[in-house]
Amino acid sequence: MSNWIDICAESDLQANSGVCALVEGKQIAIFYMPKDNGLYAIDNYDPFGKVHVLSRGLVGDIKGEPMVSSPLYKQHFSLTTGQCFDDDTVRNEVYAIRIEKSRVEISLEG
Amino acid sequence: MSTKQTLVVIGNGMVGHNFLENLVASNLKDDYDIVTFCEEERPAYDRVHLTEFFSGKTADDLSMVTEGFFEEHNIKIHLGDKAVSFDKKNKFVTSAKGVAISYDKLVLATGSYAFVPPVTGHDRENCFVYRTIEDLEALTEAAKTSKVGAVVGGGLLGLEAAKALKDLNLKTNVIQFSPRLMSAQLDAGGAQMLANKIEALDISVHASKNTQKIVDGDHCKHKMMFADGTSLETDIILFSAGIRPRDEIARKSGIEVGSRGGIVINNQCKTSDPDIYAIGECAVWNEETFGLVAPGYNMGRVVVADLQDQEASFTGADMSTKLKLNGVDVASIGDAHAKTADSLVYTYQNGADEIYKSLVVSPDKKKLLGAVMVGDASGYGTLSQYYLNGIELPEHPDSLILPARSDESVGLGPDALPESAQICSCFDVTKGQICSAVESGCHTMPALKDATKAATGCGGCTALLKSVLDCELEKSGFEVNTDLCEHFAYTRQDLYNLMMVHEIKTFDDFLEQHGQGRGCEVCRQAVGSILASYWNEYVLADGQMSVQDTNDTFLANMQKDGTYSVVPRMTGGEVTPDGLIAIGQIAKKYKLYTKVTGGQRVDLFGARVDQLPPIWKELIDAGFESGHAYGKSLRTVKSCVGSTWCRFGVDDSVGLAVELENRYKGLRAPHKIKFAVSGCTRECAEAQGKDIGIIATEGGWNLYVCGNGGMKPRHADLFATDLDKETLIKYIDRVLTFYVRTADRLQRTSVWMENMEGGLDYLKSVVINDKLKICADLEAHMQNVVATYQCEWKTTIEDEEKLKRFRHFVNSDKTDENIVFVEERGQIRPADEDERKHFALVEEV
Repeated sequence: MSNWIDICAESDLQANSGVCALVEGKQIAIFYMPKDNGLYAIDNYDPFGKVHVLSRGLVGDIKGEPMVSSPLYKQHFSLTTGQCFDDDTVRNEVYAIRIEKSRVEISLEG
Repeated sequence: MSTKQTLVVIGNGMVGHNFLENLVASNLKDDYDIVTFCEEERPAYDRVHLTEFFSGKTADDLSMVTEGFFEEHNIKIHLGDKAVSFDKKNKFVTSAKGVAISYDKLVLATGSYAFVPPVTGHDRENCFVYRTIEDLEALTEAAKTSKVGAVVGGGLLGLEAAKALKDLNLKTNVIQFSPRLMSAQLDAGGAQMLANKIEALDISVHASKNTQKIVDGDHCKHKMMFADGTSLETDIILFSAGIRPRDEIARKSGIEVGSRGGIVINNQCKTSDPDIYAIGECAVWNEETFGLVAPGYNMGRVVVADLQDQEASFTGADMSTKLKLNGVDVASIGDAHAKTADSLVYTYQNGADEIYKSLVVSPDKKKLLGAVMVGDASGYGTLSQYYLNGIELPEHPDSLILPARSDESVGLGPDALPESAQICSCFDVTKGQICSAVESGCHTMPALKDATKAATGCGGCTALLKSVLDCELEKSGFEVNTDLCEHFAYTRQDLYNLMMVHEIKTFDDFLEQHGQGRGCEVCRQAVGSILASYWNEYVLADGQMSVQDTNDTFLANMQKDGTYSVVPRMTGGEVTPDGLIAIGQIAKKYKLYTKVTGGQRVDLFGARVDQLPPIWKELIDAGFESGHAYGKSLRTVKSCVGSTWCRFGVDDSVGLAVELENRYKGLRAPHKIKFAVSGCTRECAEAQGKDIGIIATEGGWNLYVCGNGGMKPRHADLFATDLDKETLIKYIDRVLTFYVRTADRLQRTSVWMENMEGGLDYLKSVVINDKLKICADLEAHMQNVVATYQCEWKTTIEDEEKLKRFRHFVNSDKTDENIVFVEERGQIRPADEDERKHFALVEEV
């Protein structure tokens, strides 16, 4: 059974853009694409720039797969798997996320 | 002991150097030790484009020598040392500095010298020729204290020289002995049209004037006295009355020279001594000399072949030329004067548009023998192909020079050309060679030029080369994909047009109506830029934020550690002491690193995202506004201090810079835009390295466009001269709006113009002559942008909702603990990885 952690109100999210949440000491980037009901949580850490900035990247898709592009050096990360499109060996952690009663919740358990 | 023979080349001009390039590219490089003498202090440079020295090209730009060429190929060059004689019996060359080199083979590439008519006073002060970079430098120096200039000689070079005098702001005169301009290339009708056009450029043409002597003037330095009793006063005299072969070394050493000068050569370019060749303008073949580079290059290739015992002959040259004189297109092909017996002439003369064209055809009307074009040389490529390849003319040859009134095509498509057709005459590149280069993967003009060298000489074949490329690409089914990205099958310009026609205002509408998927960082930013350029609304308005890159989203520039830099606007680089103090106090309070930028303002580094709004609140309270350093938009208008303070200043450069920066601030564009204004020709603001550069002159302002620094610097092109401020601003409005509307994404103005068909001239025709009849629209657009300017930071700090974004965590007021600074030279800098680890340890303890 997942342990859901309350993050913020649904209205705090930025449509087609990202915000960053602090969850048990972890920085997690949250992206929201209302048109497809897409809600994604991925590690905010940019493994290339080695700083915590992914939440400030631009979102979109690559061949249908939702992705975020790093604001620093523009590498692309899948929002569903965390896999980096530009480097097979790099993958970010992704997390379960949902909206319950207009509240955004994240679970850190796989 | 070397078994190699020695080959000596006398002269490192264009032809001599091209010969060396061909030599080292052949098998001969292993057979010879190569030595060359170069009389000038600098090795080969492009004399054909010498005039561009005045429009800003430097000696380095004109150089034809790739870096390390002589070292790489083990060629010994004696720079600044003139070969003065050779001993053909004992086979050695002696130089002015006393160097003696034994040779096995000798190549003379001594070129030519400018002929100066032996009139009394020809050697007075400020009398020049127009041949070397040193000549140009001396001329420039003299022009500083002169008002009037005269060119003696109305030929091709003379008219080039006249342009140079005009560019030096001299009242310019052209004095010619014969009754018409360019008498070697043009017929009477063409010459008259050219004279009209040259006069319209405020250059006075004095025909049939025989200069008899030059004496002291009454108002100017000199007075030129003509045989018809008239006279002309001038400060500078530039002789451009033709060239003569430099054959003195051959004369002295007992080599046969022609009755009218020039070193006599046979079809293998050999002189009267079988071990000595002569190439280029110093040589005379069949009693003819050739004053163009292409035949000289050709002779060099013949010598390289002959040295390898390959069959090759020089059998004369096509002396057709196409050039632009003071913005006037002029072309001449083959027998322009219809000297061929029974030849027929067609003439088209358009007085309204000042265009003259004539065709000379064979009696059976099947073959083109010659042509003249003035005012419009667009048909040159087609006509020269008819001429060079003997292609049969259409039924009505005059259709080739008459304007196309219907949709019938009279041009000769590249498909109609045989494989052997010579496309580039400078480097002798055939259509076949171009096709195989395209086949092997050269699918762009730069790649093709690089691989074949075509269009890298005089550039006259550029349009033809492009059409061959396009034709080949089309034939091989290769489609050039110009789609923006996988979400939009359109170019940026397509999207711009769609936006205007359908009045689209958001990215989501764009995606829904014309795209697919969810977009990406490429299309979001491109669309964001287009929307901002056209509608000029607040970039963080609802529905627009998702299209902005992080820099635009947070109205600051993200640095490598995830912090931002803040740049308040300082128009024209002007700032009050109180302003400086305020910036200093704010930087101190927020512990920011401060640095003066290249754009003459102060950049504050190390601000966390949550600090941006309070920093900006204080900056705005101190009277500053956004500097748009984060946007693809106008950055700065750099200026020198100008006539207000400077002893040499001609006009108020700071005042103009402030006015321009205030006018164009906030304009969103495909890429950043930089301006500069200099108060005099000393150019302290470096305006010629900017997208828009302005330099004060005695007569107003000179406008330069499409320059940039950065990775691939480009010197800006002179666009218009001596403008009043109103016209200047009008032109800038038009250039910028046209750029914003038609450039590709992330394309600076330089690349935009270089990729534009017709380049600078086309841009001038659109902006100055309103060729497309869109200038009113372009100006209205800019007026709207100017009228709807807002400081984005002011709007942002007044909006509570927008400020919510400026915190690191959506669910906590903490800040990013990974941002760590250390001190260096009394200021902060981001900690490196090791330092950050150390810092984390200290924290834990």
